[in-house]
Amino acid sequence: MALADQGGQGTGRPAPGPTRRQIYEAEVRRRSNLIAAGSTLTVLILLIVLIPMAPGWEGVKKSFFNAEVFARTFPGLLEAFLLDVAIFAWSAPLIFILGLLIALCRDVRKPALYPLRLFGILYTDIFRGIPVILVIYLVGFGVPGLGLPRPWNSPYIWGTVALVLTYAAYVAEVFRTGIESIHQSQRSAAASLGLSSSDTMRFVILPQAIRRVVPANMNLFIALQKDVALLSFIGPVEIFRQAGVYKSLLANFTPYVGAALIFLAITIPATRYADYLLAKQSKARS
Amino acid sequence: MSETILSLENAELSLDGNAGRVDILKDITLGVARGETLGLVGPSGSGKSSLLMLMGGLERATGGRVSALGHDLTAHGEDALARFRREHMGVVFQSFHLIPTMTALENVATPLELSGAADAFARASAELEAVGLGERKDHYPSQMSGGEQQRVALARAAAPRPKILLADEPTGNLDGTTGQAIMDLLFGLRDRHGATLVLVTHAPELAARCDRVIRLIDGRIAAEQASEAAE
Repeated sequence: MALADQGGQGTGRPAPGPTRRQIYEAEVRRRSNLIAAGSTLTVLILLIVLIPMAPGWEGVKKSFFNAEVFARTFPGLLEAFLLDVAIFAWSAPLIFILGLLIALCRDVRKPALYPLRLFGILYTDIFRGIPVILVIYLVGFGVPGLGLPRPWNSPYIWGTVALVLTYAAYVAEVFRTGIESIHQSQRSAAASLGLSSSDTMRFVILPQAIRRVVPANMNLFIALQKDVALLSFIGPVEIFRQAGVYKSLLANFTPYVGAALIFLAITIPATRYADYLLAKQSKARS
Repeated sequence: MSETILSLENAELSLDGNAGRVDILKDITLGVARGETLGLVGPSGSGKSSLLMLMGGLERATGGRVSALGHDLTAHGEDALARFRREHMGVVFQSFHLIPTMTALENVATPLELSGAADAFARASAELEAVGLGERKDHYPSQMSGGEQQRVALARAAAPRPKILLADEPTGNLDGTTGQAIMDLLFGLRDRHGATLVLVTHAPELAARCDRVIRLIDGRIAAEQASEAAE
C-alpha cells in the first residue's frame, strides 16, 4: 500500500482509520513536541539554577521581586493602567480613520488631485521618520505652549494627538499595502460595472483591503498600547509614571515588574490573536 | 444597414512599458451595427482584448476616435465614462472578475443599486434565476465553480439591460461543456434583450455563431468576413 494511500476516499466505503501518512505525520509531530518540551525545560532549569548563583542575586531579588512591595503597589498600578486604556481607546479609532484617509490620499490617481497624493507621501515620510518620543515632546510641550485655555493645554490631549499623528502614518502604510494588494482585475471589474473611482474604492477595494491587513494592523495597535507609556514623559500619571512614583517612594523597582506584567497580560493574548488571524489568512490563501 | 452603435476611426493604442513604447493597436477603423454580433479573433497578443477594452472605454485610445451610441468616448473623463458604461454597457471577462466580498446576489445588484434602481435586488434575483442560479444567490464567488461564477458575471452584465455587451473570451477558463452552456446563455441574453454583442474568442465554433468576424494580426485588422451565421 502506498504511503499516500487515502484508504478508499470517495469510494462510498465507510471512513477508515488514519492512513499510514497520517500515522507517520502524527509520530513526527509527537517527536518534535517532545524535543521542544525537553529543550525548553532544560533552559528553564538552567536559568532557575544559574541566576540565583549570581553574586548580586539577593539584592536584585529584594529590589525587583519583592512580594510585599508588589502586593502594596499592584492595585495602584492597575488603576493607573486605566488611563493607558483610556488613551488607547480614544486614540485607536482616530488612528484608524486618519490612517485610512492618508492611505486614500496616497492612492489618488487624478492628476488634478496630485497635491493630496503629495500630502500623503510627505505625511508618511515625516511621521515615520521622527521617533515617537520626539513627536510627543514637540506636540505635547509645543502646542500647550501657545497659551491655549484649559482644558486645551493638557499634555494628556496633546500627547495623545502626537501618538495619533505618528501611528496614523504607520497604519496608512499598512492600508496602502492592502489597497495595492488588490488585483488590478478588481478595478477593471468595477470599471466595467460603471462604478466611479470613489465607488470602486468604497465598495470593491476597501472592503477587501481592510480585511486583508487586519493582522498587520493588530500588531501596530499592540505596539501602540505599549507606547502609550511614553506619554508619562510629558505629564500624565499613567502606569509607567505611577510605577516611577512608587519606586521613588519605596526605593524599590518591583512596581516596574508589576507594570510589565500588566502590559503582558494585555499584549500577549492580543499578539497570539494577531498570529492566529495571520495563520488563518495564510491558510485561506494557500 | 442599420444604425452604427459602435465606431472606431483610425483608433490607436500605445502603451509605455519598461522596454519602451509598444504599439498595441494600429489604425483601427470599424463600425458595429445595432443588434449585430461581432466576433474578434486572432492569435494571442494580436490586440483583440485591447480592442474590446477600447470599445468599452476601459482603455483610452492614444490616437483616433472611439464612439459608442454617438458619444465620443475619447473625450469623456473617467467618472463620465463609468456612468456611460453603467447605463449602456455590460462587460464579461475571461476570469469572471466577481467581487469576492459580495454574494452572487450582491454582485448582480450593486450596479443596479448604484444606478438608482429601487428594485435592484428583485431584478438581480430574477436575473440569477434566468441563468439558473436561483438557489445560489447567497453564495460567495469562492463557493462557486468557474461555470457558476461566469453565469453570475453574465447575470451582472445583463441586469441593467445594456445596449452593448462586450465579452472577453468568456469561455476561456471553462471546460468545453460548461463553455458551451455559457455561450448559449450569452447568445440567449443577447437575443432576449436585443443587445449588440462584441465577442473576443479563440474558439472557431463561437466565432461561427457571430454575424461578422474580424481577424486581428499584430494590432491591425487583417481580415473581415461575414460568418456562416449571417449567411
